[in-house]
Amino acid sequence: MKKIYLLPLIFLILLVALLYRGFSLDSRNVPSPFIGKPAPAFDLPRLYQENKRISTEKMKGQVWLLNVFASWCVSCRAEHKVLTRFIREHKVPTIGLNYKDYGTKEYGKDVLSWLGQLGNPYTYVAVDTEGRTGIDWGVYGVPESFVVDKKGIIRYKFTGPVTQKAVNEILVPLVVKLRKEPA
Amino acid sequence: MIPELGHFALILALSIAMIQAIFPLAGISLGKPQWMALAKPAARAQFLLLGISFACLVYAFVTDDFSVKLVASHSNTQMPIIYKVSALWGNHEGSLLLWAFILSGWGFAVSVFSRSIPTVMLSRVMSVMGFVGIGFLLFMIMTSNPFERLPFPPPEGRTLNPLLQDFGLAIHPPMLYMGYVGFSVAFSFAIAAMLGGKLDAAWARWARPWTNVAWIFLTGGITLGSWWAYYELGWGGWWFWDPVENASLLPWLVGTALIHSLAVTEKRAAFKSWTVLLAIFAFSLSLLGTFLVRSGVLTSVHSFAADPERGLFILMFLGVTVGASLVLYAARAPKLKSTGRFDLISREVGLLVNNIALVTLTATVLLGTLYPLIIDALGMGKISVGPPYFNNISIPLGTVLLLMMGAGLFIRWKKDKPERLIKILRIPAIMALVMAVVLPLLFVPEFHWRTVLGLLLASWVALTALLWFSSQGRSPFKKPLSVWGATLAHLGMAVTVTGITLTSMYSIENDVRLEANKPGYVVGEYEFKFVKVENHQGKNYKAIRATVDVFQNGKPLETLYPEKRDYGPGTMPMTEAGIDAGFFRDLFIALGEPVGKGAWSFRIYHKPFVRWIWLGGILMAIGGLLAAFDGRYRRTRKIFLQERKNKQANKVAKQGATA
Repeated sequence: MKKIYLLPLIFLILLVALLYRGFSLDSRNVPSPFIGKPAPAFDLPRLYQENKRISTEKMKGQVWLLNVFASWCVSCRAEHKVLTRFIREHKVPTIGLNYKDYGTKEYGKDVLSWLGQLGNPYTYVAVDTEGRTGIDWGVYGVPESFVVDKKGIIRYKFTGPVTQKAVNEILVPLVVKLRKEPA
Repeated sequence: MIPELGHFALILALSIAMIQAIFPLAGISLGKPQWMALAKPAARAQFLLLGISFACLVYAFVTDDFSVKLVASHSNTQMPIIYKVSALWGNHEGSLLLWAFILSGWGFAVSVFSRSIPTVMLSRVMSVMGFVGIGFLLFMIMTSNPFERLPFPPPEGRTLNPLLQDFGLAIHPPMLYMGYVGFSVAFSFAIAAMLGGKLDAAWARWARPWTNVAWIFLTGGITLGSWWAYYELGWGGWWFWDPVENASLLPWLVGTALIHSLAVTEKRAAFKSWTVLLAIFAFSLSLLGTFLVRSGVLTSVHSFAADPERGLFILMFLGVTVGASLVLYAARAPKLKSTGRFDLISREVGLLVNNIALVTLTATVLLGTLYPLIIDALGMGKISVGPPYFNNISIPLGTVLLLMMGAGLFIRWKKDKPERLIKILRIPAIMALVMAVVLPLLFVPEFHWRTVLGLLLASWVALTALLWFSSQGRSPFKKPLSVWGATLAHLGMAVTVTGITLTSMYSIENDVRLEANKPGYVVGEYEFKFVKVENHQGKNYKAIRATVDVFQNGKPLETLYPEKRDYGPGTMPMTEAGIDAGFFRDLFIALGEPVGKGAWSFRIYHKPFVRWIWLGGILMAIGGLLAAFDGRYRRTRKIFLQERKNKQANKVAKQGATA
């Protein structure tokens, strides 16, 4: 038997092995082109204290999380518990970016009762009524979470609701690692 | 009752498929013709049973039988009837049933239109198709029963993904499946021929029309999908190199190579093992496509049913089916000797280059599609391969392919003289070059080498196809259908290439903010004036509809109504673009968000020649259709029937003599 005719078979075996491996990997996390880039600056009004503002500048020197959420987003409700526990247990300063929600015609002040009901884990809630900041950050679905390091560089992006598994395996080790890096 | 009937028919179909797979093959090895004779009736019974099963599910959808889980979770009473039916295949279980039904349909067709094929060969073909059927029916019955009942039926069903509530998408999956599954016929012929150990020109002749028909549906399905993405997704794009799009392109590329390689095998008895391999690949890639859509292994806008358990079953099925075929191939291929000899300058080599270009293209697209997974599996992080990769590889490979497409038509089989070719091809080459340089100079503002290359290749393919057509001697209507078919398919490719080139080079896209009844936005000779926004009630949705007047050189041209649609609770809002379609350009406007003070954001596109992309697809499909119905294939049947008649006559004569 000439060996060359076995090539397609070998190719198939490799392919099947690869696809099999694919099951154990979470494919939904397509990295954002923003990873490794400086976090896009914003300066937005704060929820509850509209005369005060929150900006990326304020977060410099610490490892922080940006969580894009909205009261109209069903998956945000799903991740809320997990996210809250993560933020509280690991004391991660977090900006909740309220995306196209507060102050819009459709949703008005819904977010206030949403947070009142589910609890507010955020250090600051930034109001992005028109979604401009969301565009700057390349948001294409809500919820999304970004981990930013002490230098203000985006190091990780999580698309979709954060799961406990992702917290344990990705977010916690990453935050611990980033905290050791020099500012 | 009706759903149970459907479920029962499905299980019966599985048992029939087992009979169809096992008995004919066993009959051949045990020499029992009555077992072999089961092949045809089994295939027909399977078609009937799956037809019943399919009809039962359609009935459940149309009558809003929400006690069936599938209906309750994908359909509701408010939907127009056509989307109730198409909701059937807008989900995992239903689309599998459609898959299996179409497969049995192909089996039925083969059992009917195969009188010229010897019984032994036909039995093997039907048996292989039976095995494929078993795989899919088992899959369905074990992991994805479409007839599952709910103990407490809800009063109203859920909404179908609004993206799928669209006419284009109602018929896109069946078309694509017809193509995917159609390659199972060529696959079965190849496997049957290998099982028999007789890989002569005959199997290629039998497989050719079937491959053509499958290819037509696939071409149509891809074209339709691209068109749908263009007007429905509201991004103004027509191809996104999304994994699932790639999954449909891969079998198409290999299928195109197969069509041409089969020609060589039939006419020149060359490329024997290569053609068999292509037939296996074409079907394997169809299975891979199904796997990618179903498993959620890759990120895609199309993966609406990600379920690892199901993915695992398809993966095993893929491994077993393709693995067994390739083992058979490894055992049989070394003994195949291509008898047809040919020189370096010959049509054989031309087609070989075409095949290599197509397969290389397939391999690179496959690599690009799976690359994120490879990197991820090796623990090297997560990446996504974007359009730049695919565009960069498809330009050089496409160039080789299209140059060969033009020249290949004129090269003679076996051996040809370069001088003769140069003499013939000189004229179209010069004409194509002139067109490629002069047309952009006359009509477009910026001169770019990509435009020149694209137009050069398109006009080269078109001119050579026309020249070849006229050189076929006879008057147009006496030419064989296959000549018409090849010419149309090549012209279609030229039209598509023109469309792709001009659209990608000269499209204008702008995000603009427009205020009502203020001076509009100007693109070239067109001005877009925003008039108003109002609420609109559609049949199965509510919409915010904008009115935009379009003026050409100051004169009113058309009023467009871009919409943002809401298909009810639990769904994302959809963009329905306002499109003014034209032969030479599309004007495309999508409604964005309100940006305060009565102003809205809009996305405006001017897309020259975008229709040509799909027009070319339609031409290619028609070309394939004509070629499939070429008189040659019917003649083989006539000759066969004549021979059989003679044989019977001889028999009768002999019997008469002995009596």
